[in-house]
Amino acid sequence: MFADQNLPIIFAGLMALAVVVYAILDGYDLGVGILLPLNNDKHSDQMIASIGPFWDANETWLVLAVGLLLIAFPEAYNLVFKDLYIPAFALLIGLILRGVAFDFRTKVREVHKGKWNLIFKLGSLLASAAQGYMLGLYVMGFQSSLNAHLFAALSAVGVSCAYALIGATWLIMKTTDDLQGKAIHWAKRAGQVSVIGIVAVCLVNPLINPAVLDRWTTAPTAYFLAIIPITSFALLALGYTVLNRLPLKDDSGCWLPFVITVVLFLSCFSGLAFSYFPYIVPQQLTIWQAASAPESLRFILFGALVVIPCILAYTAFSYKVFWGKVEKLEYY
Amino acid sequence: MADVFLLSRLQFAANISFHILFPSISIALGWFLFYFKLRYLRSGHPVWMRTYRFWVKVFALTFALGVVSGITMSFQFGTNWPGFMATVGNIAGPLLGYEVLTAFFLEATFLGIMLFGINRVPPWVHTLATLIVAVGTTLSAFWIIVLNSWMHTPAGFEMRDGVAYATDWLAIIFNPSMPYRLMHVLLASGLTAAFLIAGISAYRIKHGDAKKAPKLALKSAVLVAAVLMPVQILVGDQHGLNTLEHQPQKVAAMEAAWETKQGLPLVLFALPDEKSRSNLAEVAIPNGASLILTHELHGEVKGLNEFAGKHPPVAPVFYAFRLMLATGMLMLVVAWFTSAKLLRGQNLSNAVLTALICMTFSGWVATIAGWYVTEIGRQPYLVSGVLTTADAVTDIAPGNVAFSLIGYLLTYALLLTAYIKTLFRMARNAVEIEEIQLSERRLQKGFVARANELEQAGV
Repeated sequence: MFADQNLPIIFAGLMALAVVVYAILDGYDLGVGILLPLNNDKHSDQMIASIGPFWDANETWLVLAVGLLLIAFPEAYNLVFKDLYIPAFALLIGLILRGVAFDFRTKVREVHKGKWNLIFKLGSLLASAAQGYMLGLYVMGFQSSLNAHLFAALSAVGVSCAYALIGATWLIMKTTDDLQGKAIHWAKRAGQVSVIGIVAVCLVNPLINPAVLDRWTTAPTAYFLAIIPITSFALLALGYTVLNRLPLKDDSGCWLPFVITVVLFLSCFSGLAFSYFPYIVPQQLTIWQAASAPESLRFILFGALVVIPCILAYTAFSYKVFWGKVEKLEYY
Repeated sequence: MADVFLLSRLQFAANISFHILFPSISIALGWFLFYFKLRYLRSGHPVWMRTYRFWVKVFALTFALGVVSGITMSFQFGTNWPGFMATVGNIAGPLLGYEVLTAFFLEATFLGIMLFGINRVPPWVHTLATLIVAVGTTLSAFWIIVLNSWMHTPAGFEMRDGVAYATDWLAIIFNPSMPYRLMHVLLASGLTAAFLIAGISAYRIKHGDAKKAPKLALKSAVLVAAVLMPVQILVGDQHGLNTLEHQPQKVAAMEAAWETKQGLPLVLFALPDEKSRSNLAEVAIPNGASLILTHELHGEVKGLNEFAGKHPPVAPVFYAFRLMLATGMLMLVVAWFTSAKLLRGQNLSNAVLTALICMTFSGWVATIAGWYVTEIGRQPYLVSGVLTTADAVTDIAPGNVAFSLIGYLLTYALLLTAYIKTLFRMARNAVEIEEIQLSERRLQKGFVARANELEQAGV
């Protein structure tokens, strides 16, 4: 199983896991940041309290994903970040600003709190948009044409909305009363725009990548792959129906939109992954061409196989500790 | 090309200098917190909880700054130094990977429980979370020091077609300079955190905080500093000898020794001049450097002449080394003087408090100076003898790097100002806060029993 030629597949799988877990976990806390109201201190406190114990660990999945790219596919890492220099810089500035605003907003004088709230919101938006832009350029094969950048801009909007969607559904699950009502409204709005984004990627991706078109239209794989878009749109429809009925008495089903959105994320991500496999940089590099030396991969793999289950276990423990509705913002 | 090289180096220096400020506090502050929490658990005295609560907020802020500035680092290798991963990725990659897997997730997850979970988990779980966070930050220091040390003293690998392949992971991890550098860095963190705690506590006392908490914190921190400082000098000396063995050109630059000599003088001050390859305005103690480095008056020390074209720029290494030593000496004097007063039970005078406040960030100065010695001292190599810094740099447009560099510098200036201002503001706020709130009093050991007794007695 750990034969040399299998190692790149294993690491591509691990990286896919890290990316999709990142998109879901940091997705909801970036989304909460994007949605932060600047005129309602009580709500913004509650919203931030709902992500307080988690955001740091959520962001670590990004470090893991980038780390795995760097460890397992150094050539791809170099290629990708050379082309994405400026968006990556924007992403980092966004993450820096929001990460610290989180702490500063509760520690500075009351008059400055609003400023740090704004920085938190804008930082979250910048980080999300930068990720969307990077995804857009990746799908376009790092072309530098105007069309590629337009598509990347659309993708930036799409990803920001997708994060706002998962953030809103997180809030529906974690809050009550008027904030929950607001979150339901946000989720509907963000969901509508996300549909446009998903449709756009579904259309553009096969049109500009002939190989992708081939894969999605050639039997028999096409039949299996057809499950993905069908599931995605069914989930969107189901999610919308659920949102229209919420909130229910005794708050049952408040977790449903979040779970639906998580499955939607998984489905969209697997759509992208199946489009490109085994390419790690579309049309340029396969995972075998980009992989590091097997002895290095094996050294880290044994560690990863021991440590990743532990990470998942204590992450689950942490979610159990903070289970249920968010309480008033309580700082240590 | 030269432009991208210079800009990328400046950017990397800015990023890593900014980043190291925060781990250098949080690594040891985590252990201080664990100590405060343990004292609270054992004595049940709320003053330890107060101390804990104040410093855990500082920890949260410091940790957040460390995390976000650290994420930047993981992108830097790819965006600006592609040659690094291309040449030594087989070794650097797994080491960075182990840092993420074993340390980052651990500290980040348990930090959530430590900061927000105190009322949601049993006290021992909370204390355990505090311990795990401290262990996590230390583990993270371990892995990154392993990689950094390997770049200074590479071992356990072979080069095939210009790419490094690992042959012996134990030799890579326990490379010759790792144990010394790790000890030096961990002690530096202990001292940085100790002087921060002492300085901020002194600031509170000077602003009229008559409560017990800042006095206790100040005393703990100053005593720790007084013990760690001499140990640090000893470890630093050993680290220097290790460097002399493996990177003699770095030591030659630290001492501004242009020529190989038996009985090298210890240069106290000079203006090293690269052009004439000599020192101007030199003040030196005869045979001093030979005595320190070889433990013999006439021991031979290799000079920079042996490494022409392959040694680091002399002046920055020379000055940074002296700045580090001078700061360290000052820290020693202040720590011992204050400890002597505290141990005799004397009150600290205003002058001593002011001195401690001025020394709040002395650890930062010494740490940054020390890192500059060792990192500039490795030049022109990125990985000693394997890869030069110039060969690793990217070929993207200089304009992009200039743009990002300015962006980082502005962000860092804003954040550093906000961080320092916020620390002192938190200290001023703490002056006003009641030492012990009723809810905390109930947690005090024996309090409930005593209250019941009083109630039964009809008081």
